[in-house]
Amino acid sequence: MNIKTIATSLLTLSMVACSPSTEQDSSKTAAAPAKPAGRDHIKIVGSSTVYPFSTVVAENFGRTSNFKTPVVESTGSGGGLKLFCAGLGERHPDITNASRRIKPSEVENCAENGVAEIVEVKIGYDGIVLANSRKNPQLEISLHDLFLALAKNVPDGSQGLIANPYKTWADVNPDLPAFKIEVMGPPPTSGTRDAFVELAMEGGCKSIDWIKAMKKTDKPAYKALCHTIREDGAFVEAGENDNLIVQKLNANPDAFGIFGFSFLDQNLDTVQGSLIDGVAPDFDRIADGGYPVSRSLFFYVKKANIGQTPGIQEYVQEFISDKASGSDGYLTDRGLIPMQDAEHADWANKINRLETLKLD
Amino acid sequence: MPDYTLTTSEHLTRRHAAETRFRWGGRLAVLLSLGFLVFMFFSISARGIGAFGQTQIQLEIHLDEAVLDPTGQRDPQQLARANFKPVINQALFKLFPKVQTRREQRTLYQLLSSGAVFDLAEMVEQNPDLIGSTQRVWLPASAEVDLFMKGKVDVSLEEELRRLKNNEIAWINHLKVQRQIQKKFNTAFFTKGDSREPELSGILGAMIGSFLSLLVCFSIAFPVGVLTAVYLEEFARKTRFTDLIEININNLAAVPSIVFGLLGLSIFLGVFHMPRSTPLVGGLVLALMTLPTIIIAARASLRSVPNTIREAALGLGASKVQTIFHHVVPLAMPGMLTGTILGMAGALGETAPLLMIGMVAFIVDVPQGITDVATSLPVQIFLWADSPEKGFVERTSAAIMVLLTFLVLMNLFAVFLRRKLEKQW
Repeated sequence: MNIKTIATSLLTLSMVACSPSTEQDSSKTAAAPAKPAGRDHIKIVGSSTVYPFSTVVAENFGRTSNFKTPVVESTGSGGGLKLFCAGLGERHPDITNASRRIKPSEVENCAENGVAEIVEVKIGYDGIVLANSRKNPQLEISLHDLFLALAKNVPDGSQGLIANPYKTWADVNPDLPAFKIEVMGPPPTSGTRDAFVELAMEGGCKSIDWIKAMKKTDKPAYKALCHTIREDGAFVEAGENDNLIVQKLNANPDAFGIFGFSFLDQNLDTVQGSLIDGVAPDFDRIADGGYPVSRSLFFYVKKANIGQTPGIQEYVQEFISDKASGSDGYLTDRGLIPMQDAEHADWANKINRLETLKLD
Repeated sequence: MPDYTLTTSEHLTRRHAAETRFRWGGRLAVLLSLGFLVFMFFSISARGIGAFGQTQIQLEIHLDEAVLDPTGQRDPQQLARANFKPVINQALFKLFPKVQTRREQRTLYQLLSSGAVFDLAEMVEQNPDLIGSTQRVWLPASAEVDLFMKGKVDVSLEEELRRLKNNEIAWINHLKVQRQIQKKFNTAFFTKGDSREPELSGILGAMIGSFLSLLVCFSIAFPVGVLTAVYLEEFARKTRFTDLIEININNLAAVPSIVFGLLGLSIFLGVFHMPRSTPLVGGLVLALMTLPTIIIAARASLRSVPNTIREAALGLGASKVQTIFHHVVPLAMPGMLTGTILGMAGALGETAPLLMIGMVAFIVDVPQGITDVATSLPVQIFLWADSPEKGFVERTSAAIMVLLTFLVLMNLFAVFLRRKLEKQW
């Protein structure tokens, strides 16, 4: 071993360590030739919200079929789609989970890398809940008040904006309890946060007429106003771990937490979901769309990999079967809100024909 | 003449007081850190100890040939596909014949874990002659029942807020009277891979994953580290260049581990196209991470070998390589191994770099080799801590206990090596 090689290797080591951008270059080179997939197990990446459902199906599928148990990685919706779209072949995942619909830009990115045919599968709904400890009374709040309590800037009453002055819930609306506004929620990297901002914050924002009018005239300003959560300590970013939020709610009964319905469902003995616009976050009201803060969950399948990686079609069949994602399926025990029977049948039909995704 | 005795004694008292204060401050500091340690240890043990027991239910199961093997051929392939659910349900129904509505029957069948069928299937697979007979079998109860048996369900709450309903509790109590429900040692925890059912999940997959990663890590980091150290310490002339390398090595030792994960992602996965989520890549990344630690420890222990040994060997006519490999390296070995083991213990507890290379994943099958997909112990803890099901709370703590046990064992081994093998000069 000569001293120069050691030195150069160490130097390149430290240089590469400082520039993670090489990752992108490699994905481009890998995109061109599509090798036949030689993997014996299905590889799934994507949303941490779909992860609990996807893993349960994967395990059942592995136990009851002759295929190997699929490997499921939780990378977040955006991260999953990036990996999914990086190319064809066995090095890239077969399926990605998403707690939102794929974006047109992502479809384009996919197509550029050779992933032209994607099958979209909708698996059901997820409600995002605002919850507090059972030691305090249940909160009933409108989207409008929720926006006022959590936005960075709020209307000052005469079509102007001021920094959020509200310290307690009662400041927002005298009907609400008089304790301090303290809400724990997911960080901006999380899909739950995206959905909460889009559905709850923007929903409340839109209820103010002049802001709604602003959407047509000045969309960026409208978005900035409606999508920005306050940063003065009233909203605490509690990390991606929803269990931690539940534990903190027990320790601090005056605080509220924002998380997915499945965590509420598993912890009903200690926490309760707040009524939003008069609707409680329970199974039936999320399923029928009455609860305002709910979103659809999807996963996307690479059509080219069907037949290459064994078992993809069978896994998808298991997922959309009545015994899994149907109205009485085992996924509902885990907190998945199933689609109505007609919609479920509709999707099952589409998927059986392996209809490719077309965004309109 | 000034009175020295008086002033000295005043000084003396002050100095003594300062000394006492310092001593007590030191004791307090030690006590505090010990207190934290004991607190952590007890809170984890208290929460995790339950996971080593698992509630099981005894059933008298008639292994009906008509259901399990209608052809009567005892064909292993046919048996593998047999549905054991009906025979289990039938056994449960026999215990509680009064349960009539379908809805109630469904709840009754949920007393048992969904994994019970696999246990039974395995039993029959090993001994197909059992078909047709009636067996008394202990099968795992569901996670909810398990939590109830461990006293973790608050029965005073309203029924609708509990996941375990009143009729289920009544059934459990009936089984208790009959002595057909019992907590037993949880062997599955040590013999199975991950699962989304808390009662079926085990840590073996993660343990093997960790072991394989460390194996790869050791077989790369140790030889490379030792050779680097020997070269730098014994052969290289001291120039600007070696100084630069030394600084680089010391800096690398302080680089956050996630950076090594990114490096692994771009080099091993991006350039060399190695398989994602495997102990091979995990071990390589961990090797990069522990390499600086090993080099530094190895150099220190080489330096502690007295020069007289080298001079004596050279004086007796040994060549430089002979001197080093016959005398210096063997004498420095205990120190090198100690440093390596401590570095590996650090690698065992690492999660962040594994995150980047896809080892944070739900993997049921226990890995068979270094190119199989796998997780590791700290990753398993991370995944369980993030699961919504309550049964995973105690499993998380139990997994932490297993990880801590391995860490303590590795550290003890390092101490043992140092005590037993190291020479005093």
